[in-house]
Amino acid sequence: MVAIIKYNAGNIRSVINALDRLGVESVVTDEPKVIKSADRVIFPGVGEASTAMEYLKKTELISTLKSLKQPFLGICLGMQLICNKSEENNCSCIDLIDTPVLKFDTTFGDKIPHVGWNTITNLKTDLFKDIDEASFTYFVHSYYVAKSEYTIATCNYCGVDYSAAINKDNYYAVQFHPEKSGKVGAKILSNFLKIGAK
Amino acid sequence: MLAKRIIPCLDVCNGRTVKGVNFVNLIDAGNAVELATQYSEKGADELVFLDITATVEKRRTLTFLVQDVAKAIDIPFTVGGGINTLDDVDILLSNGADKISINSICVKNPNIIEEMAREFGSQCVVCALDIKRNNSFDKNGLDGYEIYTHGGRVATGLDAVEFAKDVYNRGAGEILLTSMDSDGTKKGFSLDITSRISNAVSIPVIASGGAGNMEHFKDVFTTGSADAALAASIFHFGEVDIRDLKRYLNNNNISVRL
Repeated sequence: MVAIIKYNAGNIRSVINALDRLGVESVVTDEPKVIKSADRVIFPGVGEASTAMEYLKKTELISTLKSLKQPFLGICLGMQLICNKSEENNCSCIDLIDTPVLKFDTTFGDKIPHVGWNTITNLKTDLFKDIDEASFTYFVHSYYVAKSEYTIATCNYCGVDYSAAINKDNYYAVQFHPEKSGKVGAKILSNFLKIGAK
Repeated sequence: MLAKRIIPCLDVCNGRTVKGVNFVNLIDAGNAVELATQYSEKGADELVFLDITATVEKRRTLTFLVQDVAKAIDIPFTVGGGINTLDDVDILLSNGADKISINSICVKNPNIIEEMAREFGSQCVVCALDIKRNNSFDKNGLDGYEIYTHGGRVATGLDAVEFAKDVYNRGAGEILLTSMDSDGTKKGFSLDITSRISNAVSIPVIASGGAGNMEHFKDVFTTGSADAALAASIFHFGEVDIRDLKRYLNNNNISVRL
């Protein structure tokens, strides 16, 4: 069973549909018990970081997320929230991965938000098993996670190479939307569902 | 590199896809979910569903269609037509739409753009602007265009470029720009005004209206500075194949997702 975390910043329906297409059962929940006992946890998210953090601080979700041992996948805002802090209204985040979320350089000339299909490169870990370098995935975001030792995929936009995906221990996260990235995205989700499986 | 997007538009009426020529003479073009699945498999980057009768008949966009489409495809899609309130948006997003597009309400109550952006995020708010050439808006030697609403039936007296900047400043995430002069003609997109609007805002502009052949797409991505291009009939009736189109654009040094 995959637990999809329910909070105030979800685009949850498309994640459920994507898992359905892969034949995987999921439950949308904010119950710590259910989340902790799930085989895998997906933390989706679309929206504004500080509003989402304000909401999460009022729940038990932050300590629950920090205690997880099973494979975890953050998506989009879900990726940014597990970093240490965000320049989006200068909020501190959950800090599961010690790397900051920065604002794209608005003077560079590229349009912001970064919307559309872009290539991911320098692919590492089993999350990207059998995914070709420079595959296209679908992005929608105005802030980005800086490149660091945790980076397992990069994307280039607004003149910066940033983290398209990060990983530390059981925590994985992607900036793009695998649930909206066609066959490539479905394969990445399917890879996530196999991580750590015996 | 960020790819230019190819977006088939499905004008829907009671779950069927229809296509109008200059916003009238509706021709049936097939089942919407089937078409959506085919386009997704052929390499469409995104889809737009417009419930074209919605505003006219004061009907809300069909939720069940959104559900079926969301289950069937794994690329982003936008739904528009008759969306007026935050509740309308909430229903569509929670049933699986990725973005919503608003048209008449942007003019009637522009504050709604800010409210929708605050509530659901700018990324899902697409402002669909229907524009038509009007020489009383000419300025500094540039052709003037006026904003229309209600399926192209009501002139608003608003200048297209100024209004595009206004919706951008209020938090629109993208602009879907339809040139009523070009729509249905297959003579090419309106390049000059598309380029001017695309350069006046820092959000993506989806060009719409006038696609007749592959060269028209190349032109709108280069001369027209568009970030995405939308078309309906040439895709529905098989006149241009999306795969062929993307290969053609790629051969012309335009970044596309192959």
